[in-house]
Amino acid sequence: MSIIQMKNVDLYYDKHHALKNITGEINERSITALIGPSGCGKSTFLRTLNRMNDMIQGVHIEGEILVAEQNIYHADVNVENLRKNIGMVFQQPNPFPKSIYDNVAFGRRIHGMRDRKELDEVVEQSLKAAALWEEVKDILKKPAYGLSGGQQQRLCIARALAVNPQILLMDEPTSALDPISTAKIEELIGELRKQYTIVIVTHNMQQAARISDDTAFFLQGEIIEFDTTEKIFHTPSDQRTEDYIAGRFG
Amino acid sequence: MGQGNWRIRKITDRFAKIAFLCATLFGIAFLGVLLYRIVADGAGWLNWDFFTNFSSRFPAKAGVAAALVGSIWIVLLTGPIAFFLGVGTALYLEEYTKKSWFTRLIQVNIHNLAGVPSIVYGILGLAVFVQGLMLGQAVLAGVFTMSLLVLPIIVVSSQEAIRSVPQHMRNASYALGASKWQTISRVVIPTALPNILTGVILALSRAIGETAPLVVVGALTFVAFVPASPMDPFTVLPIQIFNWTSRPQDDFRAIAAAGIIVLLVVLLTMNLLAVYLRNKYQKRY
Ligand SMILES: Nc1ncnc2c1ncn2[C@@H]1O[C@H](COP(=O)(O)OP(=O)(O)OP(=O)(O)O)[C@@H](O)[C@H]1O
Ligand SMILES: [Mg+2]
Repeated sequence: MSIIQMKNVDLYYDKHHALKNITGEINERSITALIGPSGCGKSTFLRTLNRMNDMIQGVHIEGEILVAEQNIYHADVNVENLRKNIGMVFQQPNPFPKSIYDNVAFGRRIHGMRDRKELDEVVEQSLKAAALWEEVKDILKKPAYGLSGGQQQRLCIARALAVNPQILLMDEPTSALDPISTAKIEELIGELRKQYTIVIVTHNMQQAARISDDTAFFLQGEIIEFDTTEKIFHTPSDQRTEDYIAGRFG
Repeated sequence: MGQGNWRIRKITDRFAKIAFLCATLFGIAFLGVLLYRIVADGAGWLNWDFFTNFSSRFPAKAGVAAALVGSIWIVLLTGPIAFFLGVGTALYLEEYTKKSWFTRLIQVNIHNLAGVPSIVYGILGLAVFVQGLMLGQAVLAGVFTMSLLVLPIIVVSSQEAIRSVPQHMRNASYALGASKWQTISRVVIPTALPNILTGVILALSRAIGETAPLVVVGALTFVAFVPASPMDPFTVLPIQIFNWTSRPQDDFRAIAAAGIIVLLVVLLTMNLLAVYLRNKYQKRY
């Protein structure tokens, strides 16, 4: 079952044509990896899915992206609700300069939750889902900056989960982390797959092969090949895909 | 490069270091002498009566009550007014406008205003607040004038504080579905606040030392009462000090020194508060 459908999406940064005729489907409760050389448009594409590109001056988008059958670029769409439904985790862990608790509660608070008990519950559930609860349950009031990079990244995942999204976008979430933290987060992503649809950008071929169900290979703003990870890594149809995965360029 | 060249560079280095050290010491030495003279002259006059008495023709009865309270009035009212106008302007310029010729024009003008001599603000205050709004020579006229005076400084320092909030922090907030105002009020302002406050306090400490604009606005040199409301006439510490130094009796020079000590203590306290805020909330992101 696909939850996201892209139909002929083109994106321009002023004159620069950064995404070209992107078409495809992303499956529900699965992990889709986006791979490709630097500057090919992976992050740009990811940001079209939660309309974070709206914030960049001079961006112009054509085509349609349907999430749960609805075109998210339709004029009636409430972007705030859209982003609540589609969480995002960034490359650099970016907690707020607030306590661990306030970081996780942030999303729920802005969407109107006031009750202390409910918030406590959400914070605990989200931290558990992000496999961080055991490490921080006694220091919830401490600043988030006291945590290690890997813990901060899991905190950011907990913060995203706290608003109950269906879809989670991750832009190279482990590239700033050490191998042990990376392994923890990969394990966590595997766990989250049961409940969430995950789209993850990665430069790490092993990571893509290890964790993803489907893989899209981007090159210069185009999707060259989009198929099961199995197929992309073992029997790609396009020579360029094969060359990239074999490490012959990029 | 030969041996000689290397040696010359080494000597130049050492010479430069000594020259800059001398320049530093020169300034510090003068400051030290100045402080010493002031404390030596004025410390003897600092007692409880000095704080509760009003200005007087008799040195023994002279005190800073009116001036100290006047200065406190000015700071306490100027602070919030300048804070809201200044931070509001800074937020507008940094968060709400796209860069255009219009915002650039505002920006350039704000920088220019920061360099306008303070007496010009006094004349403006006289025309607009004292006469135009018919506030008279009241605390409020002084407050408005001082607010205008410190506004450009606060706008510029607040803009810097807001700009130093990293973009990824805003993105994190938007990505959770926050609106622009939620992002500004819950992420940008709290993160920038320590730096904003530091700027505001430093600007206010400049306001406390200002004399000229308030003289023009009509702060009195001889006030024998504490202003009870913002509509009352008033004086401030620097004006009082200036007044004392121009009296013929020698004792008044010592009393002026005592007034200076009070002013310096107030300024130093404010600056320390600013340093404390800055250090306590050092960038951690
Ligand atoms: N804000 C922006 N304004 C203008 N051009 C941009 C902007 N962001 C990205 N681009 C351009 O769009 C193209 C795609 O960039 P994007 O960041 O999506 O690539 P990427 O695949 O994520 O690369 P990387 O692997 O290095 O993160 C690049 O040519 C880039 O220069
Ligand atoms: Mg990228």
